[in-house]
Formats: sequence, C-alpha cells, structure tokens
Amino acid sequence: MSATAKATAAPAAHQGASYNYLNHDKSVWSWLSTVDHKRIGVMYAFTLAIVFLVAGVLAILVRTELYAPGETIMGPDAYNQTFTLHGIMMVFLFLVPSIPAILGNFVLPIQLGAKDVAFPRLNLASYYIYLIGGVLVVSAIIFGQVDTGWTFYTPYSSDGGSAVIFMTLAIFIAGFSSILTGINFIVTIHKMRAPGMTWNRLPLFVWGLYATSIVQVLATPVIGITMLLLLLERVLGIGIFDPALGGDPILFQHFFWFYSHPAVYIMILPAFGIISELIATFSRQRIYGYKAIALSSVAIAMLGFLVWGHHMFVSGQSAVSAVIFSLITYLIGIPSGIKVFNWVATMYKGSIWLQTPMLYALTFLFLFTIGGLTGIMVGVLAVDVHLHDTYYVVGHFHYVMMGGTVMALLGGLHYWWPKMTGKMYNETAGKIAVALIFIGFNLTFFSQLILGSQGMPRRYYDYIPAYTGLHQVSTIGSYILAAGLFLVLFYLLWSMFKGARAPANPWGAATLEWTHCTSPPDPHNFHHTPLVTRGAYDFHLADEVFGAQSGDGAGDGAHAPARLAGDGRVAEPQ
Amino acid sequence: MATTTATTADAPAHEHAHHPPHLQHHFVSSEQQFDSAKLGMWLFLITEILLFSGMFVAYTVYRVWHPETFTAASAFLDWRLGGLNTLVLLFSSYTVALSIHYAQKDRLDRTFWMLVITLACAGVFMIVKAFEYGGKFAEGVFPGEAFDPVGHYAPLADIPYARQFFSIYFVMTGIHGFHVLVGMGIFLWLLFRVRRGDFNSEYYTHIELAGLYWHLVDIIWIFLFPLLYLIGHGGGGH
Ligand code: HEM
Ligand SMILES: [Cu+2]
Repeated sequence: MSATAKATAAPAAHQGASYNYLNHDKSVWSWLSTVDHKRIGVMYAFTLAIVFLVAGVLAILVRTELYAPGETIMGPDAYNQTFTLHGIMMVFLFLVPSIPAILGNFVLPIQLGAKDVAFPRLNLASYYIYLIGGVLVVSAIIFGQVDTGWTFYTPYSSDGGSAVIFMTLAIFIAGFSSILTGINFIVTIHKMRAPGMTWNRLPLFVWGLYATSIVQVLATPVIGITMLLLLLERVLGIGIFDPALGGDPILFQHFFWFYSHPAVYIMILPAFGIISELIATFSRQRIYGYKAIALSSVAIAMLGFLVWGHHMFVSGQSAVSAVIFSLITYLIGIPSGIKVFNWVATMYKGSIWLQTPMLYALTFLFLFTIGGLTGIMVGVLAVDVHLHDTYYVVGHFHYVMMGGTVMALLGGLHYWWPKMTGKMYNETAGKIAVALIFIGFNLTFFSQLILGSQGMPRRYYDYIPAYTGLHQVSTIGSYILAAGLFLVLFYLLWSMFKGARAPANPWGAATLEWTHCTSPPDPHNFHHTPLVTRGAYDFHLADEVFGAQSGDGAGDGAHAPARLAGDGRVAEPQ
Repeated sequence: MATTTATTADAPAHEHAHHPPHLQHHFVSSEQQFDSAKLGMWLFLITEILLFSGMFVAYTVYRVWHPETFTAASAFLDWRLGGLNTLVLLFSSYTVALSIHYAQKDRLDRTFWMLVITLACAGVFMIVKAFEYGGKFAEGVFPGEAFDPVGHYAPLADIPYARQFFSIYFVMTGIHGFHVLVGMGIFLWLLFRVRRGDFNSEYYTHIELAGLYWHLVDIIWIFLFPLLYLIGHGGGGH
C-alpha cells in the first residue's frame, strides 16, 4: 500500500480531510438526530448489515437442515418459520432498501453536486420508520409462528398463526420508508443538480436510482393497501380474500405480485447503476451506449408493471392473460440484454484494472446473465408448468437477487468505501473474498437449478434420497459463500481502524464525489458548488484526474493518485 | 466538473448574508425550495391515489361478480347524507383555494379565516359520517364478522354477500375519513402558524401543499360517493 500512502501526500489530496462529516461532531446524539445524507447512509449501512447477518444465519440453518433427508437439526414447523423469516427479512428489510438507502443516500447528492437531498428531515424520518418496521418483525419473531413464506398467500396468512399481524404491519410501515426515500430521490434529481449537470451528464448510478424511485413510488402503495386489507381480513373478517364471503384469494396474489414483481426491479435497477459506474471506471473507458443504458432502466421500470401475472401461470388466471403476461415477460429480456451488451462493449479495448470492485462487477455480469436467462425460461408458459414451485425458481431468483443485487452492493461498497470511511481496505483479502463468494455462490445455487429441473419442490422440509447429493453440494457451497462474506465483514471492520488512509480519488474515477470531494467528504460535501462541464465518463476531458499538473479541482482534492496519472493506464498497486 | 461557479451559488457554506430566514441552507434559492416541496407533494399524492386504487380494484372486481348485491345493498346507504357531505367537501375545496390566493396577496388575515371555514367543513363532514356510521352500528351493520343487520337493515340478511359490500364501504370510507382527520390536524397546525406570522406572499409553501392534499381528499370522495351511494338509486326506481 506504499503507493497509496505516497498519493495521500499530494497536497490537494488530503487537504480538508482532517475535518470531515465523520468527525465534525462525534456525540451519539449528533448521529441519531443527523439530517446529513452521508451519516444517514452510514446508519443504514450498520442497520442493514445486522439484518443481513441475521437473515444470512437463518439461511445457513435452512441449508444445514436440508443437508440430509429427514430431520437434521430442526423439526418441520421450525423449518417453515426459518425459511419464512429468511425470505421476509432478506426481501423487505434488506434487499428493497439496500442500495438506495446505503449507497444512494451517501452518493446521490454528491454525484449531483448538491449539499444534501431535497428533504433531509424526511430522509431521517424514513430511517426511523424503517426501524419501527424492523422492530415489528422482531416482535413477530418473538410471538412466533409465521410460516407463510415471504409471499403471505391467503388463506395461509388469513388463518395461520397470529404473529402474521405483526409481519403485515411491519411491511406496511417499512413500505412508507421506501416511498419516502423514493420521493426524496426523485425530487433531488429533478431540482438539486449543480449548474451544468444536465440530464445527459448524470452518472448512470443516478439514472438507476431515478428509475428505482419511480417504481418505489408507484408500486409500494399497492403492497401497503394489500397488507392493510390482509390485516383487516384477519382482524375483522371483511371477506375480501375469502371465497366463503364472496371474496377471492387469487385477488390477493394479483395485488401481491403487482407490487412484488416491480419490487424485484426496485432491487436490481440500482444494481445496474453501480455496475455501470464500476465498469466505466475500471475499464478507463467512456461508457458504451450511455443513453441506451439510462433509458433501458426507465423502460424496465415501466414494463415491470405489466408482467406480474408470470407468477400466477398455474394459479388459475385465464389462458389469455397467461399468454399475454408470458409475451410481455419476454420483452423485459430486451432492455436487460441491452445493458449486458453495453457493459461488455465498454470493457472492449479498455484498460481493465482488476481491483476488487471490478471483480464484483464481472461476477455480477456472469451471475446476472444466468439469472436473466433462467428468468426467461420460467417465463415460458409450458416450461413454467413444470418448473413452478421447484428449486429452479429458487435458483433463478437467487441468481438475480444475490448474484445481481448483492454482488453489485458489495462492489459498490468496496468502490465507495474509501470515500465513506477515508480508509483503504486490504486488496488481497478483498480478492480472496470475491473468489470464495463466486465459488460458494455457484455451488449453492447452480445445484439448485439442477435439483429444480429434476423436480425437487421448493419449501419442502424433506426429500427423497435421490436428491441428497445435490443438496449436499448446495449446503457446502453455502458454507463457502458464508466464509467469503464473513471475510468481507472482517477486513472492512479492520480497515476502519487499521486501514491505510484513502486519497481523494483512489480509482481515478471522473464523477464529482471523486473529483471534487475529500475522503471522507466535508460535512457540506463541497467547499464550492461545482460547475459541471463534461459528462460523467468523459475521461478524455477529465484533466483534473489525469493531467497531474493542470487542474486540481480548485483544491478540493481532485487528483488521481500519482500512479494513476500520466497516460491514464493503470499500474498494479504495490 | 473542471471549475467552480463564480455565481452566488458558490458562496461558502456558512455565509447566509442574503438568505431569507425560511430558506434552508441546502437550497440555493426560495424558488428551488418551493418547487422541490411542490414536486414532492405531487409525488406523494400519486402514492395516495395508488393506495386507494387497490380498494377501487377490489370494489370493481366484486361489483362485476355480484352486481345485484351491490345495487341492492347500496340502496341502504342514505344518498342525502352522502350528497350533503359532497357539497360540504366541494365548498371546502373552494375555501382552501382561497386561503392560498389570499396568502399570495399577503392578506394573511383572510387566509386565516378561509382556513377556519375549511376546518369547519371538514368537521361537518366527520360529524355527518359519524351519524351514518352510528346509525348502522346501532342496527348491527358492522364491517366483517360482527355483521348482523336488524331493524331497518334487516332485509340485508337475505342479500348474499351484503356483508362484503358493507365491509368494502366501511374500509373505503374509513380510510378516506382517516385522511379527513389528518387534514383537520394539518389545518389546525396551519392556523397556529398563520397566527404566529410564519407566512407571507413570498413564503406560503405549507398552505399550498395542504391545499393540494385537501383537493385530493375531495376528489377521492367525488368517486366514492356515486360508486357507493348512488348505484342503488338508478333507473331501477328503488
Ligand atoms: C430477465 C428478467 C427476468 C425474467 C424474465 C423473470 C421471470 C420470472 C418468472 C417467470 C418467475 C416465476 C416463476 C415461477 O414462480 O414459476 C420469476 C420468479 C421470480 N423472480 Fe424473476 N425474472 C427476471 C428477473 C428477475 C430479477 C432481476 C429479480 C430480482 C432481483 C427476480 C426475482 C424473482 C423472484 C424473487 C421470483 C420468485 C418469487 C417467488 O415465487 O417466491 N427476477 N421470475
Ligand atoms: Cu416477476
């Protein structure tokens, strides 16, 4: 890390970093009451890390139970509750908020050249609303007996254990947090851009968050009213989902998926944004097809509202609607494919620098492609009749949710870690962790794709001995995956105390948070409001990054470290 | 991204010399602050519409399934009370619009009284609603399991799925009524702030936003009223 240390010594790079958003006021109250988007992002990071840890431990328990047929470590009731809690926590409390709440909060205003989001107090409120939702989930765990799966299908959920009430309330409330974040981001992107930051110059992470926020605002109220109706169904027996009273349980499924399909885009669209940042920065290349990437996100956001019926091919919807939903599902593959091709084209002839964040981006490309292709397969009507409710679907959505969203989150976290903490993590440890995660992930979930195609049903506690081998591969894979993730946790925590000091722009990136901000940033982000004169990926115009002598970003710490400057080609560190 | 602006926008963060007191420090101008608040409010209203849309979908599906139930059960709602409430809400939309108008003209005393009238209208709406609910509860018309109509409502017992119609009625008007109550809280708070002299023709954001919210509450009622109260009184001549 000596090269890094040298770079830190460059005058512009560390100027101001000793006074920053982390240390300008250290009291606990200043954190709990902060309206600074950066601190709120950090608070979300801690909270969500705990949620991810708990939900991840639950997953390991599920996998361990499935290591052999019959009872291995828990009984069937405990098993049902364990996978239900795993799913609910991962989807509603972790994946939906994850990237926007942590990285979006931290990075978005800075990438726009703003001092904060448009509504800082609302931002803090949405954090606490999220916490209330989290506390309710915990109370549901204490009261026990939620075994509906994360999908809450009626009549399981309207007749089952009473703690379902807490769960539905929790999701209703957490939904508000999501809506408020979405509104805040849309307004911020429309109204808070720095002079010169035109729509065509926006970093693609911003575009990703913009599309996400649209979906959050349009879809989340529907899950809100669904959960409210479910609550009233349970408490009062209003009969909306009960056939005996004239209602229809299928209506619940329509409502649920009208939110939950768009919700998968709430999870993946910000991930697309991060991947665009990583691939452009670490290929040192102008992004290929900027507009196509930006607008395909918006297209996905819109189309995503028209495909919810592909979750209900065998639930008794009419054949006509099933065919239409299937066709529109194929269409979604087009904008997703456009993105993948654009990213690959961006790397072509670029100067690819294989640092940890880029390794996550490549992992994402590989895993998300498998996830998307398996998605198209289950979108095929006739095929889905066989694959529905098997491990194939479990494999599909883990490839997109974990292989897509979580990989992008990890990549983004490593990428912005120096900015957030002012410290460098250990690159070697980072690379080992990526390898473990990549291998562990594929062992865990590729075996599930095979299991599913052989007919292993999802959510089953027991299975016939013929499936044992693949289940064991999957379980062992999940241990390797967990080891990789714990390694990440360990070296990131370690770097906060012992890591080398981060320069302002360790990656030689060209967006505002790197070119005009110290690491960690000033409490007000910038010393001067930036004037934007080029696009986010115009490296050839980014004199302040690579022309070591010329621009220095007005003393705001814009230099790339010495080893990056010069011909723009990057030497390996150390 | 290469240089910094030379306009007022780049004044160091702590220099507030020319900032009006209501301008939050992360905004460059009052205009930006006002536009942001308004856009945020419009987005919030969209989420409100989608929240209600779930209930409208449920209403539509079940009305298509059991049309006779809906017309027959609807006849037991009093269209005169519903109509009165419609007029009250429409009038309050007018007064809340006037309150904004007077704020723009710096006639804050009139703004105050317009808000008082709006608040009173909301109160009348809730009182009428309370009478309607009370009359139904008294004769066993409850949402859900407790539904056990007697007296004037006794014929409902013979209409299949009437319970579901009334559950939908109570849920939709109940959630709407909750919005009216929230609106009343907002108007009370605005009255207090107008008295305290917080607003003027340059800064009346909160009044404008409350007005937008109130119009939405009004519009939703405009849909609820015919869909719930009037379908039973149509050409059939009940
Ligand atoms: C190319 C894009 C995609 C297509 C065509 C697609 C298609 C499908 C289809 C047809 C199903 C239903 C399978 C069944 O239940 O039988 C499904 C399930 C699912 N997909 Fe996707 N998908 C795509 C991308 C994604 C993404 C990006 C995510 C999340 C980030 C995702 C998350 C899920 C989840 C969670 C389920 C299972 C829900 C459940 O039943 O528990 N999908 N997908
Ligand atoms: Cu879907």
